[in-house]
Amino acid sequence: METSLIELRERILAANAAQTPLRLRGGGTKDFYGEALAGEMLDARGHAGIIDYEPSELVITARCGTPLAEIEDALAQHGQFLPFEPPAFGAGTTIGGAIGAGLSGPRRAYAGAARDFVLGAHLVDAQGELLRFGGQVMKNVAGFDVSRLLCSSLGVLGLIAQVSLKVLPCAREEITLRFDVGVTDALVMFHRWRAQPLPVSATCWHDGIATVRLSGSPSALRAACATLGGAAVNDAGAQAWWRGLRNQTHEFFGSGDKPLWRLSLPATASIDQSGGELIEWSGALRWLRGDAPAHEIRAVAEKLGGTAMRWRGNGDTTPMFHPLAPVNLELHRRLKRQFDPHGIFNRGRMSAEF
Amino acid sequence: MSPGETHAPSTPSGDRRSGLERALTSVLPSSCLLFDAEQTTPFECDGLSAFRQKPFAVALPETAAQVREVLRVCLALQIPVVARGAGTGLSGGAMPCADGLVLSLAKLNRILDLDPIACTARVEPGVRNLAVSEAAAPFGLYYAPDPSSQIACSIGGNVAENSGGVHCLKYGLTVHNVLGLRGYTIEGEEVVLGGGALDTPGLDLLALAIGSEGLLMVVTEVTLKLIPRPNVAQVVMASFDDVIKAGDAVAAIIAAGIIPAGLEMMDRKATVAVEPFVRAGYDLDAEAILLAESDGTAGEVADEIAEIERVLKAAGSTGCVVSQSEAERMRFWSGRKNAFPAAGRISPDYYCMDGTIPRKHLGRMLRAIEEMEEKYTLRCMNVFHAGDGNLHPLILFDAHREGEWDRADRFGADILALCVALGGTITGEHGVGIEKIGSMCVQFTPGEREAFFAVKRAFDADGLLNPGKAIPTLHRCAEFGRMHVHDGQLPFADLPRF
Repeated sequence: METSLIELRERILAANAAQTPLRLRGGGTKDFYGEALAGEMLDARGHAGIIDYEPSELVITARCGTPLAEIEDALAQHGQFLPFEPPAFGAGTTIGGAIGAGLSGPRRAYAGAARDFVLGAHLVDAQGELLRFGGQVMKNVAGFDVSRLLCSSLGVLGLIAQVSLKVLPCAREEITLRFDVGVTDALVMFHRWRAQPLPVSATCWHDGIATVRLSGSPSALRAACATLGGAAVNDAGAQAWWRGLRNQTHEFFGSGDKPLWRLSLPATASIDQSGGELIEWSGALRWLRGDAPAHEIRAVAEKLGGTAMRWRGNGDTTPMFHPLAPVNLELHRRLKRQFDPHGIFNRGRMSAEF
Repeated sequence: MSPGETHAPSTPSGDRRSGLERALTSVLPSSCLLFDAEQTTPFECDGLSAFRQKPFAVALPETAAQVREVLRVCLALQIPVVARGAGTGLSGGAMPCADGLVLSLAKLNRILDLDPIACTARVEPGVRNLAVSEAAAPFGLYYAPDPSSQIACSIGGNVAENSGGVHCLKYGLTVHNVLGLRGYTIEGEEVVLGGGALDTPGLDLLALAIGSEGLLMVVTEVTLKLIPRPNVAQVVMASFDDVIKAGDAVAAIIAAGIIPAGLEMMDRKATVAVEPFVRAGYDLDAEAILLAESDGTAGEVADEIAEIERVLKAAGSTGCVVSQSEAERMRFWSGRKNAFPAAGRISPDYYCMDGTIPRKHLGRMLRAIEEMEEKYTLRCMNVFHAGDGNLHPLILFDAHREGEWDRADRFGADILALCVALGGTITGEHGVGIEKIGSMCVQFTPGEREAFFAVKRAFDADGLLNPGKAIPTLHRCAEFGRMHVHDGQLPFADLPRF
């Protein structure tokens, strides 16, 4: 075990012995993400560095404290990238934080989510034991898929000390197209494209404009452009625009003082019922601002087959996450008890119940 | 009691059996129950016929509500339950417990909903894998995971095993193509995981449930992602005079930024075995052949095939042929897809392994297998999902000859131990089941196995769902006599090192 991990492990052992909570943290750029923060801070940034990266294996392995930017730079040097486009809400974002939160960017509906690219993870549990799940290979069904369970676990099961991620080659070419269109027509368009073999890698609708990114070989893009129409955006501008959407520096996320809601719905859910001022993922992700009572917004989302997350604002009075169904909550409680009997890891971060 | 241990009934077996019969008869019609040995015999094993066990009874419920009732009966009577799909699994995951019930989901075989706009299908677990793609075909859509048994295997079984296929590198495994599950815990509580939306709050129990080999819950409904069928597919067949060169060519394709839809390798022993049966036109002088498939739009495929050919030639291929028609493409694939039956034709028995290794070690693994052939005096033909490092060595033996099965078994265990030593895994897509339970001791530490049991306890405290499979107890590992290895420490002194 590396010295940097031994130090973290000792803190975990001491906290477990004293039964005092620890607040696991990387760059702290997602402190807002989750319910209340509790416990003494355990800064994991000291346990950093890329351990293994061989482009021809399509796998990168890094310690949790490695800055996301360092990983993306290393991949870019070999023409590869993280296809789930994890958002960075600040320069300090670490890979441990990105995987612990499990958030994915604009490409999620087309390439897959963070968890789809997790191949393996090391966990330090409450007893200080280092446990290795998954591995560095694409196909692996030995044992329960705990490494994917750890993705988006918000650290409630233990410290994610190291992860191995599948990476992919960057597309040969990308083109962004814009369409002046209302939201209903935009959704119809997005759904029609998704059912056809087109190289769509991101979609967004906001304020009367649909923006679509195509990624693939030059000939595939030429053929798609001929089919889709729209107006092409210059490349540098388009890249910056998608980065703004991914990292939420896009002006929509900064404006308005009402609480911002993130609705995860079936892509075909009625837009009239859900509302939505900014739409991503072909309609499966809808952002809206509103001060309607949380239970009303959540009831609508549930009726449409999804959930609603309070993203920003109103944090003092409204839990962030959509409540779990009673059976699911009980399974969460039991898993938490099994992995962390004294509740030392990120207590209350995922749910006030544990 | 630890959930992995075999159940020790406290009442005599005859009483338990009649108690179970009475209770099941009260919740299911007699047409859904099998008790006689001659009726339960077809359920005594799955695709791994070396492991057999007759169950107490077989239940074939027709509705999800009946599944719940059966589970409640089994919980009340503390009867082990082994859920079963089509029984095509290759690791004995559906082998019954002697004092248990087989819960066949075969009659839950309806496609409940197919939405061509949302690109999803909601199906019951007994629906066959290929039936989903057939139903989606009129809309230009299909379900991507294509295990070789897709004609027969069920979606429920695919979920239990996290099944793969020949197109995983580009399109993913079952876990990447299932959006939601509905089912029951052993307590008969309905659980909904995921669904039509992409993100769901809380821990990713959906990912945990997929590939859990029937140990956590019983699935009664699956929501699948459908994707558009590519317009065009073409395959390149390349010959190599050396298996190491073929392995390096695989890495070169990936390094060139290409993700082929399929990337398969067969060694000469495999091509020689299949060619007389399928007449695929394989180059029998080649030490290895690679099949690399490209799919997409016509222009995309033309570009990619040209690039693949260029890379293969640069990597030392002695010959490249590109399929010029759909019939020819199917013919090139036919040998690969018939490798298992071909093994069955040239040898009385064969034992199929399923380890995965980092691609860069393909050559090293092949040489080690050659040495093992001498050590165990058995032949082994090799077919690989080369693109994702998933190996299917087929060890040929004759069960009727004294000691051959035992040698094949040890040969297989050696291959798996080397997979772990090379940084890989003992199973890429077939699952652990009962077959590889010993090799799990090699791959995981006692602490890691305990974490698996912790997950098991959270879902099934009494250990009634498929007990004794997938995760070995400490006791079992001690009995197996294998120790955990990792970080390149080879487990056996007598294993060749190079």
